[in-house]
Amino acid sequence: MDLAFMAETFVRLLEGLPLTLNLAFTAVALGVVFALLLALMRMSGVAVLDWIARAYVFVFRGTPLLVQIFLIYYGLGQFRPTLQEWGLWGFFREPYWCAVLALTLNTAAYASEIIRGGLQAVPANQVEAARACGMSRVLLFRRIVFPIAVRQALPAYGNEVILMVKATSLASIITMMEVTGIAQKLISQTFRAVEIFIVAGAIYLALNFLVSRAIMAIEWWLSPHLRHAPVVAPPLAEAAHI
Amino acid sequence: MASASSPASASTPASAAVPAVSVRQLRKSFGPLEVLKGVSLEAREGDVISVLGASGSGKSTMLRCINMLEVPDSGEIRIGGEEIRLRKGRHGMQPADRSQVDRIRTRVAMVFQSFNLWSHMTVLENVMEAPVHVQKRSKAECLAEAEEILAKVGIADKRNHYPAHLSGGQQQRAAIARALAQRPQVMLFDEPTSALDPELVGEVLRVMRSLAEEGRTMLVVTHEMGFAQDVSSRVVFLHKGVVEEEGPPAQVFGAPRSDRFKQFISSHR
Repeated sequence: MDLAFMAETFVRLLEGLPLTLNLAFTAVALGVVFALLLALMRMSGVAVLDWIARAYVFVFRGTPLLVQIFLIYYGLGQFRPTLQEWGLWGFFREPYWCAVLALTLNTAAYASEIIRGGLQAVPANQVEAARACGMSRVLLFRRIVFPIAVRQALPAYGNEVILMVKATSLASIITMMEVTGIAQKLISQTFRAVEIFIVAGAIYLALNFLVSRAIMAIEWWLSPHLRHAPVVAPPLAEAAHI
Repeated sequence: MASASSPASASTPASAAVPAVSVRQLRKSFGPLEVLKGVSLEAREGDVISVLGASGSGKSTMLRCINMLEVPDSGEIRIGGEEIRLRKGRHGMQPADRSQVDRIRTRVAMVFQSFNLWSHMTVLENVMEAPVHVQKRSKAECLAEAEEILAKVGIADKRNHYPAHLSGGQQQRAAIARALAQRPQVMLFDEPTSALDPELVGEVLRVMRSLAEEGRTMLVVTHEMGFAQDVSSRVVFLHKGVVEEEGPPAQVFGAPRSDRFKQFISSHR
């Protein structure tokens, strides 16, 4: 192992970190909104919406992300005249937007199932109590159902965020120079695959360590009701009798 | 569904004569099972009505119909004279106007058998939720009132605890506080002590007794014979979806007319 070379590689790979973070953050942020919409469609009780959401999840969860990236970047390129006509070519021409789109569509499919699970796990009796005090449907969702569902879904959703951080490496396949993209470029120049991939892997590992700690921190902050009761000092009068 | 006489009665000035709750000919089936077969009941301002009956007699269903947690198949429900309008929907009856139901629900507070406190909120937040977010009253005013109510039910020191950190009796008292914070005209209690350990029943009954003494209008589905006998102004005994016996406690317990009620009393002593 050439530590000096690895240190040098590390510095070079860090140049790709902003793009990796950018892809992961954008896809997760857009994906969670889309996922919530899909989950609400699944639970709407409207058959058409339910089936559209089901079909969407079935397709995007059942096919590899890499294939989805190829289809969006290369596949849609074959329809260039049509896309130009619709004014969408500027979007699909850019590998960045194709990567963001593929990652977003993919994470939305997984996250919608996580969110749906969280929503369905909200205890019916707490919903009933909210209805009984006169809450409208919107207020009920905002004040009771959603906050409880978020707390239920967060651990599983943390997993999904970690998967997304790693999935950004697939964007390198469509010329994106994020961490993995730069790693591959360095390998083609130096033929030192082992050292370079070890460093790249370590960067993802560190990143996901931070992500998992952040999720844990949010979980801790959101769930004081699952921790021990606050210790209250007994009133003075009571203490005096001990 | 409004009867021909209702415009006339609504215009009479004697509002004191308008019952707080009036239920007429209530019917409700779950699939092939008819749970309520034409139940009628009236609670005037300040009445404490104990609803007794074996499990399956329909007493909880009747109570849940009053605030539309269950929608009756037919019959009439009036809260403070206002009839809850129903219409035929795709799956049986449903409220004609959701916002009317929401509005009426703020006046009819419910206390549940299993407390149903919101697990992600502290006791104080539970108590303040409806007045602040549903009734849109000022936060400062609600806070002051919530503290007062929590002191009254004896859990002021638990205000910042979460429901999971409380005993069953404390949780039910918190739930009663939450109901009180709505400033309800009527309070519905659905077997409020049935999920409690025997030694915790007393603290909840004491709170309910003090509410009755304040002159609050209460409908209490219960198995607590002592409460029914000592505290309530009227007792209603349901059997298989019909009112089998009804009257002041002294009368129904002293001289029950129905054999089934006699049996029921003797099996609960």
